[in-house]
Amino acid sequence: MATTVDVNGRPLNVNSPPDTPLLWVLRDELGLTGTKYGCGVAQCGACTVLADGQPIRSCQTPISALGAAKITTIEGLGGNHPVQQAWVKLDVPQCGYCQSGQIMSACALLAANPKPDDAAITGAMDGNICRCGAYQRIRAAIKEAAAMPAAPAEQPAATAPVAAKPAA
Amino acid sequence: MNKPFKTIAAAASRREVLVVGATLAGSSLLVGCSLPDMLSSGSKVEVGAFGPFLKFAPDGTVTVISKHIEFGQGNHAGLAAIAAEELDADWTKVKVEQAAANAKLYGNVNMGGTQGTGGSSAIANSWTQLRTAGAAARAMFVSAAATKWGVPASEITVSNGVIAHSSGKQAGFGELVSDAAKVAPPETPVLKDPKTFTLVGTDRVRRKDSQAKSDGTARYTQDVRLPDMLVAMVAHAPKFGAKVKSFDATEARKVAGVVNVYEIPTGVAVVASSTWAAKQGRDALKVDWDESKAETRGSAQLLQQFKDLASGKTAAPDDKKKGWKGFDSKGDAAKAAGGTAAVEVTYDFPYLAHATMEPMNCVAMVGKGPTKLVFGSQTPTLDQMNTAKIVFALPGSVEIETLFAGGSFGRRANFQSDYVTECVHIAKKVGKGRPVKLVWTREDDMRAGYFRPLVHHAVRVTTDVEGFPATWKHRVVTQSIMKGAPPGSPGGGGIDFTAVEGAMGSPYLKATPIVDAQLITPDAGVPVLWWRSVGATHTAYVMEHTVDQLAKKAGKDPVEYRRALYQKAGAGRHLAVLNLAAEKAGWTTPAADGWTRGVAVHESFGSVVAQIAEVKVENGVPKVGRVVTAIDCGTAISPDQIAAQMEGGTCYGLSAALFGNVTLTGGVVDQQNFDTYRVLRNSEAPTVETYIVPSTAPPSGVGEPGTPVIGPAVANALLAITGQPTLSQPFVKA
Repeated sequence: MATTVDVNGRPLNVNSPPDTPLLWVLRDELGLTGTKYGCGVAQCGACTVLADGQPIRSCQTPISALGAAKITTIEGLGGNHPVQQAWVKLDVPQCGYCQSGQIMSACALLAANPKPDDAAITGAMDGNICRCGAYQRIRAAIKEAAAMPAAPAEQPAATAPVAAKPAA
Repeated sequence: MNKPFKTIAAAASRREVLVVGATLAGSSLLVGCSLPDMLSSGSKVEVGAFGPFLKFAPDGTVTVISKHIEFGQGNHAGLAAIAAEELDADWTKVKVEQAAANAKLYGNVNMGGTQGTGGSSAIANSWTQLRTAGAAARAMFVSAAATKWGVPASEITVSNGVIAHSSGKQAGFGELVSDAAKVAPPETPVLKDPKTFTLVGTDRVRRKDSQAKSDGTARYTQDVRLPDMLVAMVAHAPKFGAKVKSFDATEARKVAGVVNVYEIPTGVAVVASSTWAAKQGRDALKVDWDESKAETRGSAQLLQQFKDLASGKTAAPDDKKKGWKGFDSKGDAAKAAGGTAAVEVTYDFPYLAHATMEPMNCVAMVGKGPTKLVFGSQTPTLDQMNTAKIVFALPGSVEIETLFAGGSFGRRANFQSDYVTECVHIAKKVGKGRPVKLVWTREDDMRAGYFRPLVHHAVRVTTDVEGFPATWKHRVVTQSIMKGAPPGSPGGGGIDFTAVEGAMGSPYLKATPIVDAQLITPDAGVPVLWWRSVGATHTAYVMEHTVDQLAKKAGKDPVEYRRALYQKAGAGRHLAVLNLAAEKAGWTTPAADGWTRGVAVHESFGSVVAQIAEVKVENGVPKVGRVVTAIDCGTAISPDQIAAQMEGGTCYGLSAALFGNVTLTGGVVDQQNFDTYRVLRNSEAPTVETYIVPSTAPPSGVGEPGTPVIGPAVANALLAITGQPTLSQPFVKA
């Protein structure tokens, strides 16, 4: 009972039951572990991925609900996306566990609003918890990225890695 | 392994034991230096020519081996910089690798030689060790170059990874590594004069893991995928101390992907081929619990019991161990109970969950060869000891591969290794060395206990004619964190210092002629644990908020009032951070329209932090804007990461002060997830400015000292706004 999921520009057949949340399909079946589990109830944002450019909580999205949506995960950004460059430049991460989700939310924000003000930033980022409290650097890095040449977040980088096959 | 390698390795090990042993003499945790030896027996760690902390590759890469876990503190950058400074290495070619579990090689000098990270000690306890390692390796390279080039060693320079001689000869570490590896390390390596440092203390010392943590490749326990691995989830008892009476796994076993179901000491475990299958299987279990020995009291009931002890309504046991224990007391206690109190208040602090972003988890392999654990181990030695008891092995034979952890704030270290041993029990049932990854859901994590304890303080202060404290009566009631400590540990027998640190030793008590301060630690079935800044999470609040109330009563400015007390107490470092923060915040000038300032100062983990917070109240909720922070942490290794820890520590402390609250009803934890355990979000996070007091003292902690100061700084601003003290946390009630 395979379902087709479009991840980082590749249609992939997955065998998980259709009611399985996208998060666990990405992590356990496709080996894309950059997307994190934090709460399982769409409260923390650690599992944020983009569906057709919009941020969604993959922990609460069964793969049966995806339809033809194109999913972009942190791996799909390619590692050198302006938001990622800004994150590295300002040393935003501390423990780093929430940062994939933070970055995906930031990408969606900048795609919709290339020059967000403070209220737009906190408005877009309030769904992403960081227990290390890297919030002020997250705000600063979004402004840093906004000042760089734009790279549309919904377009996966050409170097998007092939999803690994799951371990036996 | 060739002979020189062996000889040098042995020499390096001896040197290491001396360093550890010398410090052990000053520790009360262990007797002699036999424990690291004992704990390491059975351990197999290869030590290279340059000792246990350094490796050099032919391509010029310098690898610094960190004995401390990185879970956000930035210690990997700081540790690497210390060694790189003495080596004069090219910082861009320095990498960090996590050490194996081996207390003999990688013991924490501040933890009696056991391997572990905590007490904001990573940089402090490694300072001399890594400087020595770097200086020794540098000397070996210089010696190798001198021999190869036929020039005097004294004429060779090392700068930014380049070893050079005035004749024009030069080489990198990579080109000389095989020669340098044959040189015997110097007996007493010469350390640099700190005035000549070119890396330490500069903005070049930045994190090494930001790229991996920004592109999804950083590896956490949650991400471990091994051939044939099973994922485990456990049905835990709803009440602490309850046990499995019986269970029905019929429905759980029907879930596709569920492989097996086992009863273990902490509940019923379901192992499956995927995380989602394990969760569905676990949720389908029907378990009957034996609650005959469970804690059934609620947090309100426990708090009332604490209050009654403090007020004297309930008599304390007349018992040296279970009764009141004094600290910092001096003078006639009767006088502290008499006179007219200037301030007489009580403070309540709730249980707090650490709520790390990565819920607790562990991977274990048991039953084929040595037991192996792969996870974010904060205290490898404790985890080895607790695992060894289950698998019947020597602690040193338990191999641990330590990964990044998605936060800890103390949670990943406890005397029982709770989540680790749970995983080991399951992996032992599975057997054959098959990897088992234990995954806790957020709900499992939040309801598992090991909370910052519930705490009650009662404070009564009388003042002299100038309004300064004349007598100080102080009662602290809380569960003991150190109760589970091995016998002979600090606090294990005497007073539990983790319950009073920060009140004990406070400059305000030093400046008070008569002090009657006492602690009592009643038992409760709720497991408690250190939580980022430990005792200071409540003592800083009590001392700093009390002092602002005293200043108000005396009609004095809170900064001026503190200055006078620090002068009386001889607290020069407190005075310096206070002055720096006051200057940078513009304390004597008005705050921006609508904002009110509050100040607090606290020493913890060897560092002193002052904060001045700008606060306003919006819809009944305190909003914190600019926070000016001054810190004296001795020698600053990475100013950028010190700032990061002040920013993050402030958010962690503010989250607790505003929202943090774990309650129990009938022994059951009421909160389950972030919808009921509120934490600070981006729009609520202040903007922190950090200023570092210049210092040549050895480095002290930065991971924790930024946490406890913001709560009282905000409460003191609220005192200025409303005229009322804030006597319980959290400020925002659900």
